[in-house]
Amino acid sequence: MKCSEFLKELTDYLDDSMDAHTKEELEEHLQWCHNCYVVCNTTKRTIEIYRDSELFELPDDLRNRLRAAIVDKCHHAKRETPDT
Amino acid sequence: MEAIKPPVGDPANDETKLVDAARGGDVGAFEQLIRRYDRNVFRIAQHITQNREDAEDVVQDAFLKAYQNLGQFQGQSKFYTWLVRIAVNEALMRLRRRRPERMVSIDEDVKTEEDSMPREIADWSPNPEQLYKQAELKEILSKTIQGLPPSFRMVFVLRDVEGLSTEETAEALGLSVPAVKSRLLRARLQLRERLTKYFRKQRNGDTKQ
Repeated sequence: MKCSEFLKELTDYLDDSMDAHTKEELEEHLQWCHNCYVVCNTTKRTIEIYRDSELFELPDDLRNRLRAAIVDKCHHAKRETPDT
Repeated sequence: MEAIKPPVGDPANDETKLVDAARGGDVGAFEQLIRRYDRNVFRIAQHITQNREDAEDVVQDAFLKAYQNLGQFQGQSKFYTWLVRIAVNEALMRLRRRRPERMVSIDEDVKTEEDSMPREIADWSPNPEQLYKQAELKEILSKTIQGLPPSFRMVFVLRDVEGLSTEETAEALGLSVPAVKSRLLRARLQLRERLTKYFRKQRNGDTKQ
């Protein structure tokens, strides 16, 4: 397997959405290709660091204010009738 | 290497009941749905608009629109996926209004194959969490993701930050599954490339950038 072929499969590999045979081939490649090992590892860390980052958290006071405003608008809203 | 597991979402067992009640005009039930998803909608909106005031407006408009159009919600998809689709469209509308000079579209498929080829190949050590203070790290992550083309950013945020499945991401963005996968790969690799410049293994005598 070439590195470019490995890269194409990287997303499915990290998401564990591939057949056992392809996965085996990729893992064999990882055993001897240090560059792909590093790219795979740091890509996984990239996903984890964003997932755990708590970027753009909604502060409680703003959250309460927004929810109250939405609920108030809902009470006065005109609603579309279902198609069926 | 262990695969990434998407975060487990809220249990959906009572969600159908809440949606049904809200559809019948029960604002209290709808409020429960707001509480369940407002943080997610705010994050998604802020990632797309890159502006806090716009994100606040998107949260309000998206939930109001969802409430008004619950009659159209068929229940074939999850309520959350349907809500995200509304929120993404509201956010894009605001982004276009703010930057009319730039066409911003979900369909935009930026040809950047070359940009996705790894150049920076170095492990991250010590951990970024040890290398930077929390606020500094947030700044780096925020700046880095903002540099992605919007169509890549949206796929990465929905799939990897919010934990939607590939199929749900495709549905929320109105894209095909192969298009989501292709953008996700490029988004992940581009973010990795840029973050490695900050986080690469520190050799003796190196100073962080």
